Amino acid sequence: MSDIKITYREALKAGIRDALLKEERVFLMGEDVGRYGGAFAVSKGLLKEFGADRIMDVPLSEAGFVGAGIGAALAGVKPIVEVMTVNFALLPMDQIVNNAATLLHMSGGQINVPLVIRISAGIGKQLAAQHSHSWEPLFAHIPGLIVVSVGTHEDARGMLHTALEHPDPVIIFEYTSMLNLEAEIPADAGPTNISKAKIRREGKDISIITYGIGVYKALEAANRLSEQGIDAEVIDLRVLRPLDEESFIRSVTKTHRALLVEEAWNTINISSEVSARIMEKAFYELDAPVKRLGGIEVPIPYPLHLENASVPQVEDIENAVIKILRP
Amino acid sequence: METKDKLSPEKAEKLLYQLLLMRKFEEKSAELYTREKIRGFLHLYTGEEAVATGVIQALKPEDNVLGTYREHAHALARDVDAGAIMAEMYGKQEGCSRGRGGSMHIFDKEKNFFGGSAIVGGHLPIATGMALASKKLKKDNITLCFFGEGAAAEGIFHEALNLASLWKVPVLFVCENNLYAMGTALRFSHAVQEIEKKGQAYGIESKAVDGMDLLKVMAAANKAVEQVRNSGEPYLLVCNTYRFRAHSMFDAELYREKSEVEEWKKRDPIPKFRKYLLKENLISETQLQEMEEKLETEIQKAVEFAEAGTWEAKEELTKFVYSENPGS
Amino acid sequence: MKEFLMPSLGADMEAGTLVEWKKKPGDQLKPGDIIAEVETQKGLIEIEVFEAAILENYLIEEGDKVPVGAPMAKLRSESIPGKIPEKDSETHPIQEEEQATESEGPVPSDSISEETSSKEKPSEEKHRIKASPLARSIAEKHNVDLNNLKGTGEGGAIIKADVEQAMAGQKEAPKQTPETGALKDVMKKKTEPETASKQVIKSRTSTSKPGQQESIRAAVAAAMSRSNQDIPHYYLEKKIDMLAALNWIKETNRQREISERLLPAVLFIKAVAKALDSAPALNAVWDNGLQFKNEVNIGFVISLRAGGLLVPAIRNADTKSVDEIMAALNDMIPRARALKLRSSELSDSTITITSLGENGADKVFGVIYPPQVAIIGFGSITDQPLVHEGMLAIRPVLQVTLAGDHRATDGLTGSRFLQALNNHLQNPEKL
Repeated sequence: MSDIKITYREALKAGIRDALLKEERVFLMGEDVGRYGGAFAVSKGLLKEFGADRIMDVPLSEAGFVGAGIGAALAGVKPIVEVMTVNFALLPMDQIVNNAATLLHMSGGQINVPLVIRISAGIGKQLAAQHSHSWEPLFAHIPGLIVVSVGTHEDARGMLHTALEHPDPVIIFEYTSMLNLEAEIPADAGPTNISKAKIRREGKDISIITYGIGVYKALEAANRLSEQGIDAEVIDLRVLRPLDEESFIRSVTKTHRALLVEEAWNTINISSEVSARIMEKAFYELDAPVKRLGGIEVPIPYPLHLENASVPQVEDIENAVIKILRP
Repeated sequence: METKDKLSPEKAEKLLYQLLLMRKFEEKSAELYTREKIRGFLHLYTGEEAVATGVIQALKPEDNVLGTYREHAHALARDVDAGAIMAEMYGKQEGCSRGRGGSMHIFDKEKNFFGGSAIVGGHLPIATGMALASKKLKKDNITLCFFGEGAAAEGIFHEALNLASLWKVPVLFVCENNLYAMGTALRFSHAVQEIEKKGQAYGIESKAVDGMDLLKVMAAANKAVEQVRNSGEPYLLVCNTYRFRAHSMFDAELYREKSEVEEWKKRDPIPKFRKYLLKENLISETQLQEMEEKLETEIQKAVEFAEAGTWEAKEELTKFVYSENPGS
Repeated sequence: MKEFLMPSLGADMEAGTLVEWKKKPGDQLKPGDIIAEVETQKGLIEIEVFEAAILENYLIEEGDKVPVGAPMAKLRSESIPGKIPEKDSETHPIQEEEQATESEGPVPSDSISEETSSKEKPSEEKHRIKASPLARSIAEKHNVDLNNLKGTGEGGAIIKADVEQAMAGQKEAPKQTPETGALKDVMKKKTEPETASKQVIKSRTSTSKPGQQESIRAAVAAAMSRSNQDIPHYYLEKKIDMLAALNWIKETNRQREISERLLPAVLFIKAVAKALDSAPALNAVWDNGLQFKNEVNIGFVISLRAGGLLVPAIRNADTKSVDEIMAALNDMIPRARALKLRSSELSDSTITITSLGENGADKVFGVIYPPQVAIIGFGSITDQPLVHEGMLAIRPVLQVTLAGDHRATDGLTGSRFLQALNNHLQNPEKL
């Protein structure tokens, strides 16, 4: 099968469209998903194709419509709830944490919540402090949730399908700054796994462990490093809860070094957890301290150069690797 | 009143039995709490029994019910087994939620009883969503959602009502207005104290009823349920009631006068209903005697069931976090 | 007979203070009766009775504070006096537990032993070897003594490579310790040649001479090993007719004092500096990619008599006159041989020249000094048959080589450079 060139946005849309075609019970609800065409044009055209019952515009009531999504899911339909951006995701956080994540447990296994929530995230485009959040760690903290991160076009195309088949709530993080990015995926690209991390580039000298926006950045850094004789392995965590520990422990056992990269603030982020697990499970395999490249601990500033300086860039990854390998 | 006319002796007996079961079950729960058999928070419904009894009797089995954290009576009215509820409060795995939930999280999927929610107002949008599912699946069941007047001060109350009205979904919101959100009186938390007006603001038909009178609650509930089922649209029923006991067990009740409680106790819905049944010859003294014994037995059995219950093995601690065999 | 216990009214209630008895001994109690008022941290709470009984006697007095579960009063069942007391034993486990905790108080001997052990710890700390967990486990497996190793990892930590080097050393030579020692020095400097040469200079002021020479040798070893390992070299060679240049030097020197006379090396340096105009990519360093340098600082290899090399830089050689370059060399060479160079002079080079001078080898193929990307080798000038203006003639010929870093530049660049160098040396008066 040949490859097709596709933007991240088109891949996301194709995934949603597939889901709507596949099952009548599936519907998309979110702010401006219909008449506006989606805040980032991801669902553009779907209203016309599927009608207002299945592409539901909702009022600005994040807690309300996410809660309704939970109710709808446990009562037999399959909502894809879109929270426009992660920046608004604290409003439905109570619904997600206290209801979606707890109902199965509090009911002793009687009531599961097969809900999918899509959230746009990531830093970029100079949106300043209130619109530049990386809160994947907040969600990944919560038992009962499945938290996945769409770091590649392949996953943009295929993760939703698998998420909708899951009996428990799945939070999907998508990245606004990648929407226009083009990449090639197989024309018949289909569902992708949401329980395993994936090695995006094999290498032997160091494991760069990342997710989301970090994936393509790490891959570019790895290419530059290869010109300098450094062979880096890039691991896309993909699922942030429950972590696929086995994959990254195996990688570190091979390379003996790890650099953890993400945009979220370093204090208590995903890398904190990955680092701790490496220490617990692969301590005697380490030939250098595990290093983290996370967000600088500051509300993200507006000016572009400062925004860029707030999160890891390709050069930072490259330099950090060199520093670990050639101290 | 229409309900009065329709009340059969059988139904009358069942309703009185339910009221008394709630009262005595909870008195037993309080005792077991002081003996440390029941732990965590224990919120008792004493005084409000006419609300749960009067509203739930109007439902069909396929309708959904969502309760608050003061929901033992909701569950009992929904015929959830008393022993399973007691075992749940003990934390035993024979409990209706396998002991994982406790007093505030009574669930019974078979009875379409969806908890047991302990974040004030947090379950309102779930009710809206469940009703949305009924609409989408073209089912004719409705969703009943209890909440207290304290919840009406939460933003989520307004979001859930607006969405229900906007989407035109079959949900019956029942406000149990017992005048106190924990210790804060209604007059200290709401600028507009008629909760029914808040429903009207969202274009939802809303009525208030004396929640201390079972017959009045039944009449209002029957009408509301019928309307929701026929129109497929939401309805808000406010039941003005009062709790005789403290908010929870560990509450010195500094916020209200004893005389106020005594005043309300004069309106206790149970003696009132009993008296009515005797007057209307819907029940006899002998039946009442037998009922007392039956109640004692049922409660005794519930306690024995809970006592005999077993603790879940620690090895199973992480169960029910995710569904088993999630497939792909 | 049974006891009425201080009730638990919440998980956070630990004790209550009896404020007032609401019932007297002998009173008939029925369920729901308030027997007492108890003060808790949440305020005054009425305590209710859940069974019918007769209050026998008080066990505590008003004002007493007792824990949850403590007996407050004795009750007599109103029915059968002979009934087995229910759960009379319930309070006992609690009491036993409390006693148990009390007896677990600190014993003097314990604290003494703790002190001793804490005294021992610092001395252990002193001997703590900094090694990666992986290096430590490999060393343990193969009986490599970490005490004999020096680390090349972060902060001098011993890493896997250090242990493996040591193991390789053990295999080659059974008398391990000195071998390993030498090896580890090289290993250390291999990764940080600049630091190593700086250390040479530092140590001059503080330590004795024999050590310095060793250090220089080690620094050279390290830099050259790293170069050979990391830099893919390419080599170019060009024969340059030196007649014009040598004649010009002879003419110039004739009019000068001995101390001001020029050496051919000065021309080499100046010509290289000017030729870099046509190949700026050679005046650069490789540090995560090619980084051009604005200044042209030509490193000039000076051999030390006792062995080893130093490469001080002639700063801004492109803007200096030949006389200034000569002056710089005259200043630098004796200082280099006396090991009196400043560290900055050793680290600023952007390209290196090595010249074996008279009586040396015909050609020299240099090893690039990282992170630079080129080294120019000048062999000795020898008389050779050469075709000049269509005629075979014997001319003084210089064989120049260029070793380039193939990551940074290609042969074409090098070739252009050598051509330019030739042109400059044919016109010495313009240098």
